[in-house]
This record gives sequence, C-alpha cells and structure tokens, in this order.
Amino acid sequence: MVPTNYYVILSAILFGLGVFAFIFKRNVITIFMSIELMLNAVNLAFVAFSQALGKLDGQVFVLFVIVVAAAEAAVGLGIIILIARNRQTLNVERVDLLKL
Amino acid sequence: MLEYLWIVPLLPLLGSAINGLFGANWPNKYVTATAISSTGLSFLSTLEAVREFFDYFGQSHQPFRKEFFTWITAGDFRAGFDLQMDQLTVVMVLVVTGVGWLIHIYATGYMAHEGGYYRFFSYLNLFMFFMLILVLAANYALLFVGWEGVGLSSYLLIGFYFLRESASDAGKKAFIVNRIGDFGFMLGMFLLFRAFGTLDFTQLFAKADLWPKDAMGQFGTLTIACLLLFMGATGKSAQLPLYVWLPDAMEGPTPVSALIHAATMVTAGVYVVERSHILFTHSPTAMLVAAIVGCATAFFAATIGLVQTDIKKVLAYSTVSQLGYMFLACGVGAFTAGMFHLMTHAFFKALLFLAAGSVIHAMGGEQDMNKMGGLGKKIRSTYWTMLMATLAIAGFPPFAGFFSKDAILFSALQSAGGGRILYGLGLFTALLTAFYMFRVIFLTFTGKPRYDEKKVHVHESPWSMLGPLVVLAVLSLVGGWFALPTFFHGPDYFANFLTPVFGGAPEAADAGAEAAAHALELILAGVAFGTGLLGLAVAYWLYVSNPRKPDELAKSMKPTYTMLLNKYYVDELYTAAVVRPLLWLSTNVFWKGVDVTGIDGTVNGIAHGTTAIGDSVRHSQSGNTRSYAVWVVAGAIVVLAVIFFWSGASKTVLGLVR
Repeated sequence: MVPTNYYVILSAILFGLGVFAFIFKRNVITIFMSIELMLNAVNLAFVAFSQALGKLDGQVFVLFVIVVAAAEAAVGLGIIILIARNRQTLNVERVDLLKL
Repeated sequence: MLEYLWIVPLLPLLGSAINGLFGANWPNKYVTATAISSTGLSFLSTLEAVREFFDYFGQSHQPFRKEFFTWITAGDFRAGFDLQMDQLTVVMVLVVTGVGWLIHIYATGYMAHEGGYYRFFSYLNLFMFFMLILVLAANYALLFVGWEGVGLSSYLLIGFYFLRESASDAGKKAFIVNRIGDFGFMLGMFLLFRAFGTLDFTQLFAKADLWPKDAMGQFGTLTIACLLLFMGATGKSAQLPLYVWLPDAMEGPTPVSALIHAATMVTAGVYVVERSHILFTHSPTAMLVAAIVGCATAFFAATIGLVQTDIKKVLAYSTVSQLGYMFLACGVGAFTAGMFHLMTHAFFKALLFLAAGSVIHAMGGEQDMNKMGGLGKKIRSTYWTMLMATLAIAGFPPFAGFFSKDAILFSALQSAGGGRILYGLGLFTALLTAFYMFRVIFLTFTGKPRYDEKKVHVHESPWSMLGPLVVLAVLSLVGGWFALPTFFHGPDYFANFLTPVFGGAPEAADAGAEAAAHALELILAGVAFGTGLLGLAVAYWLYVSNPRKPDELAKSMKPTYTMLLNKYYVDELYTAAVVRPLLWLSTNVFWKGVDVTGIDGTVNGIAHGTTAIGDSVRHSQSGNTRSYAVWVVAGAIVVLAVIFFWSGASKTVLGLVR
C-alpha cells in the first residue's frame, strides 16, 4: 500500500504546476487546462485522505467537483470559442478591454 | 344637525377643494356659485345646529360635545376630532359664518376684475374651514390645528398679489411674527398637559377649577401657562409687542382685511383667552398682564392711527386698538363684555373695511385719503353705511359700539387695583378713536375733491358689494341692543346668555349698591358719549372748518408728528434689534459656518476621501487576467501563512472550519 504522504505530495506538485501554468502561460486554452489540473490535484488529495481515514465523504466531494468541472468546461470552452472568433487570438494579454 | 356638527366646517373645505382643483378652468360664475353656496350652506347649517343646541341645552344644561374620531393617541394622551358647542361657541360660530358669508358675497363684486379669482375664493373658503375648526374644537390640540390653519390662510391671502414684493414680504412678516406667538401657545399647551394630563376643555377646566389660585405676583403653573397662552394670543390678535404684522397685512385684498384682519381671525386670541377663562381667573397676575397689555395696545395703536393717511392703515391700527379693548375686558374679568365687544366689533369693523374697499373701488385703487375728498355726494350708499360704522366704533348711542365699549370701560373702572388708570387710558383712547374715525370720514367724503376729476371716474359699487354693507350697517346699529335694557334697570341679555359659560351672574348686591352702580353706569355712559362728541368736534374743527390747521399743527409739533407718522419707529427698532442680528447670525454662523463648512464640509469631505482612496487603489484593477490570478494566489498564500505561523489565528480559523 502506498503511504498517504506520497499522494499528498503528488497532489501538491500537480497543484503547484497548475498555479505556475495559470500565472505564466498566455494561451487561454493552456490556462484553462491548468485550472483542470488544479481541480484534479485537489481531487487526488480528497481521495487519498478518504482512503486513509476510511470515510467516504472525500469521494463524494470528488464526484461533485467532477460534475462542476464538467459544467465549467462546457461554459469555459464556449467563452474561449467566442474570444477566438471575435478577437482572432487566444493570447490573454490581448484580451484587455476592461483595462484602464 | 348638531349630531353632524362636522358638516359645518367641512362645507367650506369642500368649496375650497373644488375651487382649488377645478376653478382654474372655470368661468367666474361657477367659482362664485361654489364659494357662495359652500359658505352659505355652512351658515344655514350653523343656524340649524344652534337652534338644536338650544333645545339640547334646555334639557341637559350642558355644553354639547361630540367625539367624531381619535386623531392622536400616545400613552395617556388623546387628541380627538372632538367638536363642542356652548354659548361662547354659538356667538363665535355665528359671527364667523354670518359675517364670513356676507364678506364672500361682497368679494364676488370686489374681486370680479382681478386675476386669480378662483385662487382667492379657494383660500377664503379654506380660511373659513380653519376658523370654524378653531371655534368648534373641544380641545387645545384641535384648536391649535385651526389656529395654525388660519395663520396659513392669512399668509396666503396677504400675499395674494404675490408679484408685488411688498405683499409677499407682508405675508412672510405676518407668518413669522405669528410663529413667535405660536411658540408660546405650544409651550402653554405642553405645560397644561404636564400639569393636568389632558388637553380636553371639559376635563382640563374641571381639574383646573379645583387647583389653588395663585396669589398676585406668584408664578405658579397656571400663571405661567396663562402667560404662555396669552403670548400666543398677542401674536394672533396683534397686541403689543407682536402687533407689527397687522398694519402690513393690509397689502391683501380688502375683503381679506375685513374678514381675517378685522372680524374673525384676529379675534382668535381673544377667543382663546375667553375659552381659557377658568385658567385666567386662577391667576391674577396673568389677568393683570392681559389688562395692561390690552390697555396699552389700545392707546398706543390709536395714537398711530391719528396721523396715517392710508385709509386701510387707519382701520388696521383701529383694529389693533379695539382688540386691545377686548383684552382689557378679559384682563379685568369682564369676559362677557370682551365677547360683546368682539361681536359688535366684528360687525362695524367688517363694515368699515368693506366700505373702505368700496371707496377704493370707486377711486380706482387709490388708498391715500389726501387724494380723496367730497366723495359723499357721489357714492351715497357707501357714505351712509360707513358713517353708521363710524358712529358705532366712536361709541355713539344707540349704535352697537356704544354699549360694548361702555361695558368694558365700566368693568375697567370697577376692577380692583389700577382700575382708574385703565379706565382713564381707555376713555382717552375712545376720544382718539372718535377723532381718527371722523377724520377718515371728513377727509374722504366731505370737502372739495383733491383728485383729478378728469382722470378718476368715481362710480358707486355694484349691489353685490352694497348689499353686505347695508346688512352690516343694520347689524352695527342693532348689534348692541342686547344690552339696551340694562339702562332701564332691565337684564343684560347678552351677559345672561353667556352666563352658563362664564359662571354665575355677579351675586345680587343689596338694592342700594345696585342703584349706585346703575347710577355710575349711566354717568359713565354719558361721559363716554361726551368723549365721542368731543372727538367728533375736534375732527370737525380740524378737517372741515380749518382745513389748513392740521398742517400747521403738524409743523408746530414736528417731533411728535414725525414719530407718530413713523409708528414710533417700532419696525425700525425690531429690524435693528432682532432682524439684523438674526440675519447676521444666520448668514455668518449658520450658513457660512455650520452649513457650508460643517455640514457641506463633512459630506463633501467623505466624498473626496472616497474618491482619493479609489483613485489610489484603482491601479490594482489592471484588467489583466493573469495579474488577478497572481492576487488570488498571493491571497491564498497569505491565508495559509497566517494559519500555519500564527498560532492564535490558526486555532480560530481551524475552529471555524471544524
């Protein structure tokens, strides 16, 4: 059996990567993927703790997160398509209509 | 009708509302019909209510009183829309609706060619409504509603020609000066409520009757309450020192001067004192103050009236002076005499004003008596009616004013302490009154015309104006005959009529004393008549026999004349002592200091501060998505750092999570 530590460390590494990519990448789709990465990192931690503590709460949570992530993906991709159509670019630096 | 007493005040309100809402687009005859019928119906329903009241009184020997609905309740306090009727109310309500109706009829002729015809009658009906509320009210709170309401209508009507600055200023002056008096009136009400726990007349006076009398010079609760109420009365009834608004109020149309500033509203102060007579009889100090103020005002205003050249101004000062007589009567405890004079004064003073209005109408708007003269032949009806009113106010028998003034002077002489001084001053005022009233008659109606006969086309007024004049002239003649039998050892019908209100008739003295008193009264009546004749003679000598004499006299007594012409500089004194300091204080402290610096400064300061903060923080809103992400991450890191490294906080936060 793999110790819980490992899962948590892996989860932390994945989450860190997600944050890093979210901040430093410019492509909208990459940013979107990094959000998914962060969500799944959290899911991993949930499942690991659920297993370690012998309770099902964490796994129920994960199911919820997956559902929300799926909905979010649908909406998010729709927005991305609109951005691509209207601005002919996926670079977030160029999507700055709200900028002062 | 008595059960539906609320109809009496409601009818004029309805007329006011209808004319106010729809009158603007109506031809004048509809407005006339509404105004005349609403007040006329009110008068008729009053007559019916009074008839029923006498039946009611014959059986129960109690004032009629009915609670229609509760207006305010707060704790033990209750102020209801309660109307009452007793003999005092009967006199007032008949005078108000009767004279009011006549003046409405007159006004349809007088105002026929003026703009704002519907507005005028809407205001005039509104005044009738509030005045009826005032006299029918069964508690001080409701009375105060009427009290303030007549002040409002007075303000609106004085400023009727609001495009003329002097008129709108006069309106404001009347309102503000009245407010000073109202302030006292309100404090008086509060004090009465504090002392007796009610403002209802029946309950309050029953409790006050048991209250111990204050000694002379002792300032107990009742004395202070009476003085405060009296302060309100001095404002409304134009007594020293708050009389200054009434002469200026002559800026309003003449029917308004007749109705509001002579016959009805200005007597509201007298009415309140009469209504509160139980409180006043418990306080000799307040009575003395009322007597002195009344007597002083009567004399003071009469002297100013001697030299005025504006016909309405003379009548205005005459009104102030006559109101002073009424307060003198109240002050010496002769409440019936005061009420009697109030009634007769309503007749002859309304007549004087209406006749003066007819003169002004005939002269095409001229009010200066120096530019009149010789009108007697041209406007005969006006001349004769005005002459009758003058005989009445000057105290010639058998006109109404003779009886009422005589009753007041008689009571003044008989009052304890200072009675002789009050009587002497009152008698001298009667002399002045006769003089200045005949001066008006001689300057206006006799002698040679002093106007340009080619330019001014003198014409008699229409019958809608002359009719009320004639009715009032008859009333000025017979209005005092209630007291006529007194001179033949008979009863004084007016006094007997009011006995249920003002308490038992004076205890029957032995026959000798009564005969002596009667002889004294006859002598006094003779003296008063002689005084009136003297005034007439002096006026005749000065203005008919020697027309140049008045100017010479004015020159030889220049300082006195100038002082009188400038009304003792009271207005100037008030301007210097009150208005200017108040204006300075308001401008420099309250406006520029408190308002601009303090209140505006705070409000604007908060706004400026918010703008400044927003200005400095707005740069964080770069519009760059990734910079927001950095903020989110940084925030998360800070939260985590707090939880891990700050033990106290970590417990709290984790506690919340758990």
